Amino acid sequence: MKLLNKPLKLSALQIRLTKTLLHLLILGWVIITFYQSVTDNLGADPVKALIHFSGIGALNLLLITLLISPAARYLPAPALMRFRRMLGIYVFVYAVIHLLTYISFELQFDWSLVVSEIIKRPYITVGMVALLLLTALTATSPNKVRQRLGKRWQRLHNSIYLVVFLALLHFSWSRKTGLQEPLIYWFIALLIVLPRLQTLKQRVTRSR
Amino acid sequence: MTKRFKPSQRFKSSEITDEAVFSSRRSVLKSMGFVGAGALLSGSAAARGWFDDDDKPAFKARPLDFTRNNSLSTDETMTPYAKVTSYNNFYEFGTSKDDPVENAQDFQVDPWSLKIDGMVRNPITLSYDDILNKFPLEERVYRLRCVEAWSMVIPWLGFELNKLIKLADPLGSAKYVAFKTLFDPKQMPGQRNPFMGGGIDYPYVEGLRLDEAMHPLSLMSVGVYGKTLPPQNGAPIRLVVPWKYGFKSIKSVVRITLTDQEPLTTWNRLAAHEYGFYANVNPDVAHPRWSQASERRITKGGLFSQNRIDTERFNGYQEVAPLYNNMDLTRYY
Repeated sequence: MKLLNKPLKLSALQIRLTKTLLHLLILGWVIITFYQSVTDNLGADPVKALIHFSGIGALNLLLITLLISPAARYLPAPALMRFRRMLGIYVFVYAVIHLLTYISFELQFDWSLVVSEIIKRPYITVGMVALLLLTALTATSPNKVRQRLGKRWQRLHNSIYLVVFLALLHFSWSRKTGLQEPLIYWFIALLIVLPRLQTLKQRVTRSR
Repeated sequence: MTKRFKPSQRFKSSEITDEAVFSSRRSVLKSMGFVGAGALLSGSAAARGWFDDDDKPAFKARPLDFTRNNSLSTDETMTPYAKVTSYNNFYEFGTSKDDPVENAQDFQVDPWSLKIDGMVRNPITLSYDDILNKFPLEERVYRLRCVEAWSMVIPWLGFELNKLIKLADPLGSAKYVAFKTLFDPKQMPGQRNPFMGGGIDYPYVEGLRLDEAMHPLSLMSVGVYGKTLPPQNGAPIRLVVPWKYGFKSIKSVVRITLTDQEPLTTWNRLAAHEYGFYANVNPDVAHPRWSQASERRITKGGLFSQNRIDTERFNGYQEVAPLYNNMDLTRYY
């Protein structure tokens, strides 16, 4: 069943406008939230609020990014693919903000504490691994790099599913108790990933 | 020549909405019950408070008479009232820090009944008025160190717990004091809904060794910043034990029981490897998931006025150290 009669196509101008809008929305959100935190309008503990905002933001963007290709295929709306890389890079940006907020405002540049927390606390180690993977994916996102990597590019970028898993583990593990919110995220992630298992399996065997 | 004003639409006076009706339009809408698609949502939406008026009446805290105890007060910068009363761990009202202030405003604190029983010669029941008037109130500015590695400085009003215990006259065999929070799922959504209450087995239970409870620093608090406690801070009466992590300072207490058994306390039962019975503030014993060596002090100001400071043993209340002579505090964390 298709939702659209005709595949959705966008003109170059429409794509540029949509991208501008997305930049404004995603970056604007960061700017407004930081402004609120500086002026003490982000609850009693602005540091924790910022850490949660950027972490959950990265997770939301990640799930949205993963929804792009099925949406492009089944709506059908191939034009949506034009926004996927951009959203994917913003996942990385939000994750970096998440880490920098933690280092600068939570641990206040106590570098020995930063290093020991990353090593000693499993949920932070897991988060760091996810961020390193995101860094590799972001670094290999330009078209030129993609062409040069050839088949290996797809293999590398399949690790986005590992990132989803690690990010959700990091999120759930950081909780004192009360897993209801992480559970909702696990559920949505499963809904997104399960239908792709077959394709993923094929890709992995083919790439061997 | 003057031109006569001619309205583009003519209203009969009967068509004009009466001011009283106009100003009650929200309640009119509400009473219609969000017909249509809204009806599908209204159950969960009402539960989530999406359509609640933002100007829900806040709990009325009333001023109390007290004398200031300077010798037991710190002179560090105090955490503003707005932050003390809007950033709370009180899972009975939800697990987010801002849930309690949102969900607890119509909590009933009067009438109240606080029972002191168990291994005592003279069991007592205090009413709401007794709680506020039986003992003269002192103001004490204490540091509060949360197990989550943040801290506040709070001016509590209250009386020493030992006064209450002495009044009940404990038996020689009593070794521990167990505390219990009100169990009232009707008023406390976290007790109704395990998802909202963080999966804790309610009622919340805390405990102290009898000698800890008798220590002059252990306070039964009935107020903060010169006024009665707001519900999110544990109205009408709560425990404050400043040298222990915040979760020991149990809120909205209804029962204090003297016993010879170490009470099975809520967080200890939930995750024994993370939260011990003693829970003394100790920079040398890390929480399995984060360091306790330092803490972020929440005072006034935004992002750039958040200071990270070293955590002190017993939260700086060294006078309690003799209570733990010959005890391995790494084992009894």
